[in-house]
This record gives sequence, C-alpha cells and structure tokens, in this order.
Amino acid sequence: MTDFLLELLSEEIPARMQAKARADLERLFVAQMEEAGLNAGEITVYSTPRRLALIAKNLPQQTEAVSEESKGPPDGAPDQAVDGFCRKNGVTRDQLEVRDVKGRPTYFAVINRPGRDTKDVLAAAIPAIIRAFPWPKSMRWGDASLSTESLRWVRPLSGIVALFGEDLVECEIDGLTSGTETVGHRFHHQGSITIGSAADYADKLRAAHVLVDHEERQDIVRAGAAKAAAEGGLELVEDEGLVIENAGLTEWPVPLLGGFDPAFLDVPEEVIQLTARVNQKYFICRDKSGKLAPNFVCTANIEATDGGQAIVAGNEKVLAARLSDAKFFWELDQKTPLEDHAKKLGNIVFHEKLGTVADKVERVAKLAEWLVSLEGNGFDQSSPGDALHREVTEAARLCKADLVTEMVGEFPDLQGLMGGYYAEKQGKSEAVANAIRDHYKPVGQGDEVPTDPVTVAVSLADKLDTLVGFFVIKERPTGSKDPFALRRAALGIIELVLANSLRLDLDYVTAKASNLILRTIEKMSGSQSDSWISEHLGEELFRAVPDFFVDRLKVQQKGAGVRHDIIDAIVSSGQRDDIVLILARVKALQAFVETEDGTNLLAGYKRASNILKKESAPGADPESRAEGAADALGSASSAEHVALSYTPEPAEQALIDALDAAQPQVGTAIGKEAFTDAMSALAALRAPIDRFFDDVTVNDEDQEKRAARLALLARFRDAVHQVADFSKIEG
Amino acid sequence: MGFQQIILKLHEYWSDRGCVILQPYDMEMGAGTFHTATTLRALGPDPWNAAFAQPCRRPTDGRYGENPNRLQHYYQYQVVLKPSPPDIQQLYLDSLTAIGIDPMLHDIRFVEDDWESPTLGAWGLGWEVWCDGMEVTQFTYFQQMGGFDCKPVAGELTYGLERLAMYIQGVDSVYDLDFNGNGVTYGEIFLDNEKQMSEWNFEVADTETLFDLFNKAASECENCLEAKLPIPAYEQAIKASHVFNLLQARGVISVQERASYMGRVRDLAKGSCEAYMAKNGWAA
Repeated sequence: MTDFLLELLSEEIPARMQAKARADLERLFVAQMEEAGLNAGEITVYSTPRRLALIAKNLPQQTEAVSEESKGPPDGAPDQAVDGFCRKNGVTRDQLEVRDVKGRPTYFAVINRPGRDTKDVLAAAIPAIIRAFPWPKSMRWGDASLSTESLRWVRPLSGIVALFGEDLVECEIDGLTSGTETVGHRFHHQGSITIGSAADYADKLRAAHVLVDHEERQDIVRAGAAKAAAEGGLELVEDEGLVIENAGLTEWPVPLLGGFDPAFLDVPEEVIQLTARVNQKYFICRDKSGKLAPNFVCTANIEATDGGQAIVAGNEKVLAARLSDAKFFWELDQKTPLEDHAKKLGNIVFHEKLGTVADKVERVAKLAEWLVSLEGNGFDQSSPGDALHREVTEAARLCKADLVTEMVGEFPDLQGLMGGYYAEKQGKSEAVANAIRDHYKPVGQGDEVPTDPVTVAVSLADKLDTLVGFFVIKERPTGSKDPFALRRAALGIIELVLANSLRLDLDYVTAKASNLILRTIEKMSGSQSDSWISEHLGEELFRAVPDFFVDRLKVQQKGAGVRHDIIDAIVSSGQRDDIVLILARVKALQAFVETEDGTNLLAGYKRASNILKKESAPGADPESRAEGAADALGSASSAEHVALSYTPEPAEQALIDALDAAQPQVGTAIGKEAFTDAMSALAALRAPIDRFFDDVTVNDEDQEKRAARLALLARFRDAVHQVADFSKIEG
Repeated sequence: MGFQQIILKLHEYWSDRGCVILQPYDMEMGAGTFHTATTLRALGPDPWNAAFAQPCRRPTDGRYGENPNRLQHYYQYQVVLKPSPPDIQQLYLDSLTAIGIDPMLHDIRFVEDDWESPTLGAWGLGWEVWCDGMEVTQFTYFQQMGGFDCKPVAGELTYGLERLAMYIQGVDSVYDLDFNGNGVTYGEIFLDNEKQMSEWNFEVADTETLFDLFNKAASECENCLEAKLPIPAYEQAIKASHVFNLLQARGVISVQERASYMGRVRDLAKGSCEAYMAKNGWAA
C-alpha cells in the first residue's frame, strides 16, 4: 500500500473559495478513483493561498483485475446480430463462448480486464480533476490564452507535484508538467523545494515557512490574536469568520496588536468594527470593563526583521485613514436632519413599477398609521394626535432616511442602525429611534422580533408594503428564485404577528396595502387605474397573499413540530385570514388528534365520509364540496326537528342526542375562540359514532331508514367540519 | 525617495524588462486603463509590453484640497504585459523592492479583487496588492475588453503613485510629499490646482456646455466609426466619458438617467473596440 500526494500550486487563491476548493478536490479525486475501481482510502486535503493539496493514504499498487461477462444472442441468431454483439464488446467471433441458458445454447463474451497500475490511473486522473474543477470564477492566462480553449483556473496554475510513494506521477496539462518541486513562502524562502513523498510534504513546507494545514493556521490566528490582545491587557472580540479568512490569506500567520487614536471611539462601535473587519480584516478588542478598546489585531504573513513594528505602524496608518473617513461621515451626516435626508429618497428608485423609496415611505407611513388605528388588532388603539400615532408616523417617515447618508453609502449593512443613531442624536424619542433602527427586524428566522409597538407597526407596514407591492406587480417568488426576498418578508410578518398576538385580517390588510400601491402606480402613469385594477387585482390577489402566508406559516412552524396537514385542515375550513387564530386552532386540533379520542374520532369521520362519498350523499362531488357541505348542514338541521317515521335504534338515537348536545357547544366555543373546549365537545361524539358503526346498518333495505342514516352521518361530518376539515388530516 | 524618483525608478525598472516607456495620454481620463496603450492594445494577438504614468481625473473625488488622500487629479503608474508572463508576480514584487519597499520588513499580500469596467465592457480577475494593509496596486488579468475575449490575456499593473510615495516617505498628507527629492512639495505644485478644479467641477462648469459637449463627442465618435477610424472614435468615447463624469460632479444627472448615459458611453467604447478589431482583421 502506497501514499499519494498531489499539490496544485497557483497564484493567490481567494480566501473565501478555499474551503469549497478543498471539498471539490476530495470529491473529484474520489470519483476518479471509484471510476477506476480503486478504494480512495483515507484522504486529507489542505489549502493555503497558493496551493491546494491532497494526500491519499494506502492506495494499492494496482487496480484489481476484473472479469466481465456479457450475454449475447442465442446460437443460430442472424450473423448481423452476432457481429454487432462482438463489436460492442470488442471481441472476435471465435472468442465467444457458448453456454446453456434455460436449455438454449447462447453466446457469451468474457472480457478480462487486467489490473492497471495505480500510477497510470493517477496520471490520467490529475488532468481530468483539473479540467473539471468547479471554481466560482475562472480565468485564462499567459501564452496559451491565445486560444479561448486554453486551461482555466481560479488564478494562473503554476505547478503540479504528484508523487505516488516516492515516484513521480508523470502527467501534463496545457503545457504544464508534473514534477517533484514546489516553492516555499513567498518571502521567507528562496528557490524551490524538492518533495520526497507524501510523508515529508508538510514538514518540508514547514521548514520553508509554509504551514500547509489550514486548520493549524486557523489555530495560530485564533490563539495568536487572543494572545496579542491579552498582552495589551485586552480581550479579543472573537470572530471565527475572520479567523478563517486570515488563515486563508497567509501561509505563515503572525497576529500583531496595533492601536488607533481613542478620539475615534466617538464613532459608533458597529462602524468601527465593520471598518476594521470588512475593509482590513482586523479583529477588534475590548478592555476589562467590556468597552471597545482603541486597538486591533491584524494578521501578517511574515515574521518581519524588525519584529513587525513597521507592519503595525503601516496598518495603524491605514486604519486611522479609514476611521477618519468614517468619523467625517458620522459628523457630516449629523449636520443634516433626517427629515432633509429623507427628501432625497425621491431620487432612489425602489422598483420601476412601485415608484421611488420616497413613494414607499409615504405608503409605509399611511399603512402604519392605519394599523395602529384599527380596533381590536392588538395594538393599543390610537387616534391621530396621540403619542403612539405621532411616533409611528414620525418613525415611518424617517425609517429609510439613512439610506442616503454617507455612512450607509459606505457600509450598506448599517442601514437602520445609523438611522437610529442619527435619530437619537437629533433628540427623537427613544421609541422613534428604536423603530428606525429595528424596523428591518426580524431578518430571517432566529432574529430578534421587535415588541415595541412603534417598531412593530413600522416593521409590519414596511414588510406588508413590499410583499403586497410585488404581488400586485406579479413579481412573485418561483421555485428557488425570490429576488425581492418576499419569503423573508412574509416570515417577518408572521413572526411579528405571533410574537405580539396581533389580530390582523389579511384580506383587509392586503386591500389597504394594495390600494396605497395603486395610488403610486396611478401617480406614475398619470392615469386612472381602473382597468389596471381589474386586470391585475381582484380575487386573485386576495387568494394569493393569504395562500402565501399559509405556506410560509407551514415552513415557519415546522421547527416547532406543527403539522402542515393540520394547518391545511384549519385553513380549508375557512379560517384563513388571521394568523394568530389559525395557529391557535391548529394547536388545539393537533393536540386533540394526537389523543386517543381524536384518533378514533378521525377514524369515525373518515368512515362516515367514505360512506357518504360512495352513496352520492350531499357533498359527494368534490368539485362542489363547499356547496355540498352547506346542503348537508341544511338537511342536518332539519333532521333535528323532523320526526323519524320509524323508531331509531338505540345507537342511532344516542348519536342524534350527542350531536344535539355537541353542535351548539362546538359553535359557542369557536365563537369564543375557546378551541380546546371545542375539541372537548367534539370528543363527546367519539363513543356515539363508534357505537353507531358497530350497531347500526346504514345501508338498510328500508329507503327511508337509509336516507335518514345518511343524513345523520352528514350531520356528524358537518359537526366535525365546524372545527376543521378533517379530510385534510393525514393518518 | 521623491515622487518623481519613484516614477523614474519604475521607468528604469520596466524599461530594463523590455517595456516601451510611454508618456501620458494627452486627454482627460478616469484611469490609466483608458490609455489606448492598455485598452486597444489589450485586443488582438500581438505581444505588447508598455509602462507609463497617467494622470487620472475623477471630478467627484475632488475635496478642494482639504482631504489628505483624496484628489480629483492624481497619478497612476501603469504596466501592461501581454501575454501575461509566467513570472509576472515576481516581476511586480521586484519592482516594489526597486522603489525601496523591503518585503521582509513589510507585509505584502495579494487579496482577491476582481476588476470590471462597465464603461469599457471589460473585466478581469486579480488582486489588490496590500502593503501593511494598504492597497498600493491593482493587479488584473484582462479577460475581456470591449466585449471581446482577450487572446492572449494581458496582465495589467496599476500602481497608486501618491499612496506608494506617502508610504515610502512616511507622510500623512499627499500635499506634504516631497516631489523632486529636493524639497519641492506636491502641495506647492498641485494644491491650487485641486482647489480651483474642485470649485469648477462641482460649482462652476456650465452644464449646458457639458451636455452639448457630451452629445458632440458622442456624435463625432459615431462619425469616426462610420469612417472606419477606430482610434479617433475611441478618443471621442474617452472624451464623452470624462464629460459624463463632470456632469455627475455637477449633480445634474439623476439616478435614473445615470444608467442610460453610462450605457451610451459603453456603446461608444465597445463600438470603437469592435472597429479596431475589424480594422486589424482580427476575429472576435
């Protein structure tokens, strides 16, 4: 058994691509080995900015010999068929064997494939791996690039080391031949290094100031940065993303502590951190009291001759220049009140069909005011002039103003946050500043969900406007495509609604939001949008938006163990426009169907439902199910009063009595949103329905009895449907 | 080392390595890449090695001489090597040593930075080169120019001369740079220029004249293209591009219009590249 080493030397590979490149190298290598019938063995992959390496341990010297048999036509088949079979298998006619297959003599081709030298397999595999390598972006270079067919790599590929044991695996790709030599650190080592085998690869490189194992470099960056901070009496703010990135930018990482003028600490901490992190890839530090310290840790790629003094001085200068830009922006932005910044939003197009950001802000403000003025939706109802109303209006009108500030222009990630800071500095109330800062929240599942009413109103209005707006102009998510992040907007709305127990009628809200949007569209087109409304809106929108929410609700609730079929059962029963109510009913129903009573009642329901379907009872036609249900309800209610022409069997009477008792109870409980009580009332039907099926023949010869019993079953089904459409429940 | 000594050293270094040393292009442009020695010479199969300093004009970057590192007029040192030689990175690093940057004392790094110029219909892959965390050079392997595949690929090095000089001289303001190595400062030469040009770019330039100039340059470019004269056509495209930048600085181009103006400049530049290919009989 022999070890194999492959090193692909290249000009600097972007740090962010290295992890996937390692995985791709391993995957492609394993696929090549498997195709050749070799067990790829134990594989290790490494990366540095300048190289990708793979070591495969314990490969056999040869692939195993394989004997393959292929069954052909029977003896006596036409020559054409036999010749074709020979061609296909690469044998001549006299090499065929004749064997007995179920009494028929039949031709067989036996193909013996001798074992191949693993070295040959590897020599063929290397160019194939290189050509198939899926870099996110690749390029051509050098003399060969005279043709556009020339080899592509992430940056110029400059060398291949391929050793099987101690033997060179000879291969060539686009003029580049494999060898045993590689290079060490760009500055710490001159000339080439000869690698003897996989066993000495890492050590030879280490001696040339290259730590080929990315994990070792990550450990050094992580521990070294913490140590550098500690030596300055500080605590490093850990950042695993930066650890990986710095390890991907260095072959010999050396963390160094630097500082900046404490005067820059006036600038918000997030800005300093972002400047240091994004632009310079520096770690930041805190002092013992947890306050941001005027220090940073950078990661150099050399052990400088002066111990790193010049490097630290240089990096300090760069960060100072960047922070002074940030400070300049911070101070400049504050010279203009947010109200004036907001005026410039008219120059930014939100979407060509939905107007400018100023148009959007106007809609958000109106929608937010409307949301808090509705009765009974969970907000402390407000009216124009009171504090909540005033703060909601102000926050909504200013919530996007920071988009035109210099700071957000430089760091788009700081949107919201900067607006919040500027509002605070401008003396806005805490509620307004918080709402401006947090109105983008929640951003995705797991993010903090606002609960401050002003923030909630603005956040909801912003997301509703986006969602309904893009639904109106038919820019909706399809498959994996969701360019306007509408799924995230819907999820945000659901989380806001649930966390704050807001009782919104989605139909009503959609109507309000779409009206505001239509006004923008009218303003832009300068014409009435009546025809536009009929063409684009109407029923379809009011189905599509709630459906979309229900869909998102299923995804959002999956983690909490809420069943999608239970959600369908509730929604299908007509409860579709109040998320809080949907979920309350869903939870009660799910708890119920998972009890013994629930399971049995569901079984009884299915049985009743099947009989009704078979007997073409009202509602048998699935197309007119809703209508059928209504009919059944009519006949059921009459069944209460119409005296039967025969004496019902005891089990039949018991079911009638149970329904008489349960139906009003269920209705009352649902009306009071006491869903658990509704389930208890329903549970009382379980024993009677079981008994009814045990004791009573529905399909009686007496047509009158039969009709009455079918009507009774329909009534039972309708009683259940008061709670949910049980036909949607699985199991 | 004075500012001019850095340029002279680079001239000498790249001259020794077979480059044609050119003088700056005599037109306003936003980057050295606009020089015909880069843009047009990046097209076609012929080898080409050139180096030159190019003044760059970015009207919106003007700060009335008040910002220590932002100017509306500054210098790039540009090297074009086509096809890109296999040792191009080492050649570049040695040029840094030649101007006094010791790679055992400073941390020099190649950090991913892909380049794209929508105006030129061009893109390439490469890095920004960091020296102790500061970007000192843009290093690009041109893949496409004017919408055409580069066959072969050229390597382009663009040194930020003022930044490098500030680094080498250890000064914090560009205006404090020693220009001639003998006490004449960058500020003495350019501060007044920055103040006046900033004022003109932002406040004074007559926008009607500028719109007129833009349209005239654009139509003259088309005139040249009809006459199958790609080089004059390209010059008019550069002119239109610069006038567009001035209009931007005057703040008279709305966000919505911006894309359409840029598209127009791109069409002119691409048209010139296309004509240049055709004139030389090169297939795409």
